[in-house]
Amino acid sequence: MEHTRSFRFFNRGPSEAARLVFFALLSLLLLFVDARFKYLEYARNILFVPVNALQSLATLPSKLWHEAGEYLITQTRLVQDNEQLRLNNTEQAAQLQQLQVLQAEVGHLRSLLAIQQRAEYPMQLAEIIFVERDIFKRKLFLNKGSSANVLAGQIVIDETGVVGQITRVYPWVSEVTLITDKDHTVPVQVLRNGLRAIAFGSGGAGEITLRYTPVNAEIEVGDVLVTSGLDGTYPPGLPVARVTQVERNPAYPFARIACTPLAGVDKNRQLLILTGLPKLPTRPETEVEKVVRKSPKFPHKTP
Amino acid sequence: MSESAPRSQEFLSASSGSFIVGSMLIALLLNWLPWQGWGLALRPDFVALILLYWCTHKPYRVGIGIAWMVGILADVADASLFGQHALAYSVLAFGGVVLHRRVQMFDLRQQTLQVFPLLLLSQAIYATVHWQLSGHMVWEYFISSIFSAALWAPLTIMLQSLRRLRNHSDQL
Repeated sequence: MEHTRSFRFFNRGPSEAARLVFFALLSLLLLFVDARFKYLEYARNILFVPVNALQSLATLPSKLWHEAGEYLITQTRLVQDNEQLRLNNTEQAAQLQQLQVLQAEVGHLRSLLAIQQRAEYPMQLAEIIFVERDIFKRKLFLNKGSSANVLAGQIVIDETGVVGQITRVYPWVSEVTLITDKDHTVPVQVLRNGLRAIAFGSGGAGEITLRYTPVNAEIEVGDVLVTSGLDGTYPPGLPVARVTQVERNPAYPFARIACTPLAGVDKNRQLLILTGLPKLPTRPETEVEKVVRKSPKFPHKTP
Repeated sequence: MSESAPRSQEFLSASSGSFIVGSMLIALLLNWLPWQGWGLALRPDFVALILLYWCTHKPYRVGIGIAWMVGILADVADASLFGQHALAYSVLAFGGVVLHRRVQMFDLRQQTLQVFPLLLLSQAIYATVHWQLSGHMVWEYFISSIFSAALWAPLTIMLQSLRRLRNHSDQL
């Protein structure tokens, strides 16, 4: 029965080449619209519902495997872990007491100097549901979305450092771009001497590079980099990476500095989302921007 | 109904819509397994393979339009830009539909050689779009097209035998 359909001599619709041209143009149009504007987020949210169901089905075996592993943990292992955690807890409690004293002291000094106080940030726990399957990107998905008040631009950390930043929010899921993603940058500061730099992801699994740092910059292997907080997106003082390799070649204007992220960027299952960061005052306009805004020739662009 | 069909297409008639959709869903599931690291770099593109199979064996049922829609779903799942997979899969489907008589003439080994450039082309399109947008190329990505092409023969044998099985059960 079906076969008769393939023997239609007439009325077969447009030719294959015409179809290809149509769908290729449609794809290119969508690509352009999606890359330049944000009109398609709504369609993406709707399509994400069935896709998400299938994706959860695909990740079900590995999830069950993990859960079975957790269920079958032995008694001795639990006792060991418990002891270790208790030890850590005691050590950290002592450190915390010192920290509280120091914090009070710093707060006092800051108020004396009339500098803005550093706030503590509220955070919420989220679990990784799946990891990006695209080799071009280093992203993962968390199980909290706009229904849990997650916003794009919020920072994701684990207990040792910065993991990444939320770049897209769906109703129940949010997408995190890791700091090792090639398109991702973090403004950092060397903890030892306060030197500022910018950390770029390298696209590899465990590597970050500091670009545009002069050859004579005072950076050594083993230095810890923390966020500088200069952009207003990242709060200051979160650990980011440790310098593993410094290559100074006088033939180039910049040093080649490789770092490894401190956070278990590829390891954890639970992560923390920082919410409610204080807004910095907006940057004053430069002269060029003023001219551009006033001139009717250049329409004002919204980012 | 099979008398009128050519000898080589005798058992090809038993492919209902649900079988096509089912195979496509399984391919999507395989693509969306949590691949990581080198596994991700070497992962064959199951969706492209299944699309190509149906485009070469059922060119009047599965064509560029369906490939485009599957591509849109893949774009949503991979959080890539709308149209990135869709464009690559449309071109792949075009190649499959245009070359379907040629591919069916050959045996499996020769088919693999015919299919490999098509898969490479569709991956090249995806990579080029990414390169245009972000300015860097990931060369490891192309290795996976070799694995995809290597999977062509086993996949074809599997699908043919499944369809033959269904055909027999229909006749009974």
